Amino acid sequence: MTRSAAVTGEGSFLRSLAVQFRVIHALLMREVITRFGRENLGVLWLIAEPMTFTLGVSALWSAAGMNHGSSLPIVAFAITGYSSVLMWRNTASKCNSAIHQNFNLLYHRNVQVVDLFITRIILELAGATASFTLLSIFFISIEAIAPPVDLSLVLGGWLMLAWFGASLGLVLGAATSYSEIVDRIWHPTSYLLFPLSGAAFMVDWLPKNAQDIVLLLPMVHGVEIVREGYFGNAVHTHHNAAYMAAVCLVLNLVGLLLARDAGRRVEAP
Amino acid sequence: MISIENVCKTYQTRLGKRVILDRINLRLERGRNVGILGRNGAGKSTLIRLLSGAERPTSGKIRRGMSVSWPLAFGGAFQPHLTGLDNLKFVCRIYGVDYRPKVAFVEEFTELGVYFREPVSHYSMGMSTRLAFALSMAVEFDCFLIDETMVVGDARFHERCHHELFEKRKDRAFILVSHDPNVIRQHCETACVLHEGKLHSFASVDEAYEFYQISTA
Repeated sequence: MTRSAAVTGEGSFLRSLAVQFRVIHALLMREVITRFGRENLGVLWLIAEPMTFTLGVSALWSAAGMNHGSSLPIVAFAITGYSSVLMWRNTASKCNSAIHQNFNLLYHRNVQVVDLFITRIILELAGATASFTLLSIFFISIEAIAPPVDLSLVLGGWLMLAWFGASLGLVLGAATSYSEIVDRIWHPTSYLLFPLSGAAFMVDWLPKNAQDIVLLLPMVHGVEIVREGYFGNAVHTHHNAAYMAAVCLVLNLVGLLLARDAGRRVEAP
Repeated sequence: MISIENVCKTYQTRLGKRVILDRINLRLERGRNVGILGRNGAGKSTLIRLLSGAERPTSGKIRRGMSVSWPLAFGGAFQPHLTGLDNLKFVCRIYGVDYRPKVAFVEEFTELGVYFREPVSHYSMGMSTRLAFALSMAVEFDCFLIDETMVVGDARFHERCHHELFEKRKDRAFILVSHDPNVIRQHCETACVLHEGKLHSFASVDEAYEFYQISTA
């Protein structure tokens, strides 16, 4: 009987949790090799890819003078801005294709649709976080930028962005099981959201009525919090963590419900 | 014990709903086996997907009182970048089994040699099938799901599969689906026929065969 207990993994909540950890671990290892291979950098691409993006954008913004004449150091501005975009854009995009690319894994009883999403969310968040951290440490150590004024505020804002990215990923990933249209619409939407997301501007630079509109977007609050932590009193920020948390909470719940339903309705492609 | 209780499965098509399985029932005790005969398109693969849990029934219930394998020798989940060894590790992690004691068996059975540590994209069809079958044997299940069309190979391969599955693991339950009555007759104690969405049970394989001949004539 021990055999069946170990293999079916059905039973108590704790055992289910253990099975889920095991499955997600297995999926993570598999996904890393599948996506990045073993040649050259291998798993380091997880970090190198977003780093390259961020460095490129930093260079472009420096050249274009995107700090709009403010006294903000452009490299720090670009790193905080672009890294936060990666947090929500990449998780959502990767979750969109999660079911379609992994349907065959569902033949293993222990693998559930939500595990596919969680795996991709963990990988994207880890990659973006490592890239943000390494770039910050690098530029601080060569004294190109000053260290963050309030590290705990940076961390808090970053965690909020991670929560938002994860919730958005769940919602969009599960929604693609209803219709492929979700994936098609997401691409232009994410493109349009990018300039509005607070990555390339500070809310304070905008006229009052534009501020009100832009602050409806939850990720704007996250970027503002990160930048307040980074630059301290050098910037005047606008954010409402409670509002962002409320949006994330709703998205998170809707995402989990949709993911459960997606598990019921998923069909072989 | 596995029981299929009043299970329906419908798929949406452009011409409306199509009923593939219509209130089917089946019960299989530990250590027993059953063959399911059906023509192409009768719903055999759908039934396998429901039993393995890849898809859920539209209505009705499937209860599993024993561990059920993924479809035997199913290689569809292989990723081209993963090596044979990676795939073994993956499957073992999923089911909470230590992969190390299994390496020798899988290497020996698959006869992959150095290719065991090469990406699956470099494998021939036969190599993939041998790997897929060996992985199915790496985790000890109470009940195996067998779709006959997935286990394709030469006579020697079949003989070795037969030895692993029906001799070394003859205490296990299995559900075998096939369109070939001879395969069912060779391996199964009882048989059902899947025809026009209904699952007809018979006490003996011969009765099932007779019904299959008449209904599909």
